[in-house]
Amino acid sequence: MAVVKLKTPIPEEEIRKLKAGDILYISGIVYLSRDEAHLRALEYAEEGKELPLDFKGLALFHCGPIVKQDDKGEWHVVAAGPTTSSRMEIFQDKYIEKFRVSVVIGKGGMFERTTAAMKKYGAVYGAFTGGAAVLAAKAVKKVKGVEWLDLGTPEALWIFEVEEFGPLTVAIDSHGNNLFKDISEIAEKNREKAYDIIGVSK
Amino acid sequence: MEFAPIVEKVAFNLLKYAATVLPENAVKVIKTAYENETNPAGKSQLEAIITNFETGAKLGIPMCQDTGIHIYYVEIGADCPIDDLGKIKEALTNASIKATNEVPMRPNAVDPFGSNSGDNTGRYIPWINWEIVPGDKIKIIAFPKGGGSENMSTVKMLKPGVGIKGVMKEVVDWMIFAAGKPCPPTVVGVAVGGGADIAMKIAKKQLMRPIGEPHPQKEVAEIEKKLKKAINTTGIGPMGLGGDTTCLAVHMDYAHRHPASLPMAIAIQCWAARQSAAEISATGKIKYLHHKIKE
Repeated sequence: MAVVKLKTPIPEEEIRKLKAGDILYISGIVYLSRDEAHLRALEYAEEGKELPLDFKGLALFHCGPIVKQDDKGEWHVVAAGPTTSSRMEIFQDKYIEKFRVSVVIGKGGMFERTTAAMKKYGAVYGAFTGGAAVLAAKAVKKVKGVEWLDLGTPEALWIFEVEEFGPLTVAIDSHGNNLFKDISEIAEKNREKAYDIIGVSK
Repeated sequence: MEFAPIVEKVAFNLLKYAATVLPENAVKVIKTAYENETNPAGKSQLEAIITNFETGAKLGIPMCQDTGIHIYYVEIGADCPIDDLGKIKEALTNASIKATNEVPMRPNAVDPFGSNSGDNTGRYIPWINWEIVPGDKIKIIAFPKGGGSENMSTVKMLKPGVGIKGVMKEVVDWMIFAAGKPCPPTVVGVAVGGGADIAMKIAKKQLMRPIGEPHPQKEVAEIEKKLKKAINTTGIGPMGLGGDTTCLAVHMDYAHRHPASLPMAIAIQCWAARQSAAEISATGKIKYLHHKIKE
């Protein structure tokens, strides 16, 4: 297990060096998208419309933050922990293929389709502790911008400048390893033991 | 007597403290889990959780960005000398709007056919569970419920023939399926009986119980203990990254059932077990039950 610090945009060779279980910190640009912003980005790609930000090499964060706007109209982050990534499984592979993000940050893990896309295009999934919104907000140095506010503040495309954002556990690497899959295999093996405790059989 | 102005002030305080300060009982249980966790990945997740909620409490900012959908439990004493019962709903709604702006809390009320209302209110929201109880007090619980754990809640209509063992198996299978998604370590509320809606209502209410407090009936408490042990045997661990602590407690309750039905419900609370309660006496004196709140 290595502790790695990377700066965006992250070149593919740096991503390829990461192994599942490594601890990762990111500096540079982390941008936020949940369900709606994924859908809109993919729609834009389909229609050939230009995106407000080039996602290549950046870190995508599954997060709907609490934000506050001051009197001058500037935005500040109050709390910004990860949301459940599995909701994005239905289009994350297509998204990685189209936009070539380097890191996807979230909680709860992702599955086969995302793992395959990460292997093919060179990306990793960084698990951030669910609910740890205060820790995440502390790493945000500045709100660089926000797009698609019509989706509501939790769903908008927020662009954060971050310093040593983490710790992220590399849970899916670009070689097909997936820690969440490993844990689910362990849980599967332990199912019998759990049944024994409650006195039932398969 | 008019209670609505007091209720509004109290409900705002409850939301604010629920969002920013974890009740002492939850803090204690999570810290014990951290001490006992043997898996390094799980331990590091629990450490991050503890640092996070301690920092949030110190700075007075929400411990999680998902400050939930606003739910209240309101118990009104049958002998409470209240003259403005019709204004309590409005008072609670006002408290939600104020807390959204001032805590601040994330606007989490989305019109399924439209957009986010922006202030945590909307059709049926905040949701209020009303109950008439003996006595002359008013009790209010603010229960902002996060979406991640809520998405892993479920109702199942079992065949009565599978019995309580069948219910227990469903709980274990469901928690293996849920894995890291509901932000473990969780509190698992389980209910059997009633009907589909009744079971879920009872299951959710179990999340109000102090974490780890056993059901008063011995046989139910025994099932709670076994289920907790079984869920923690899976190895799913904090945040689903592996470990001994997948759930902090299982709280179970039941209602009588229809002969043809065995409804069961599972309601899940993430580690951020946010809630705050207060009692308002017949003379308007306020007593906060979870947090030390100064007026």
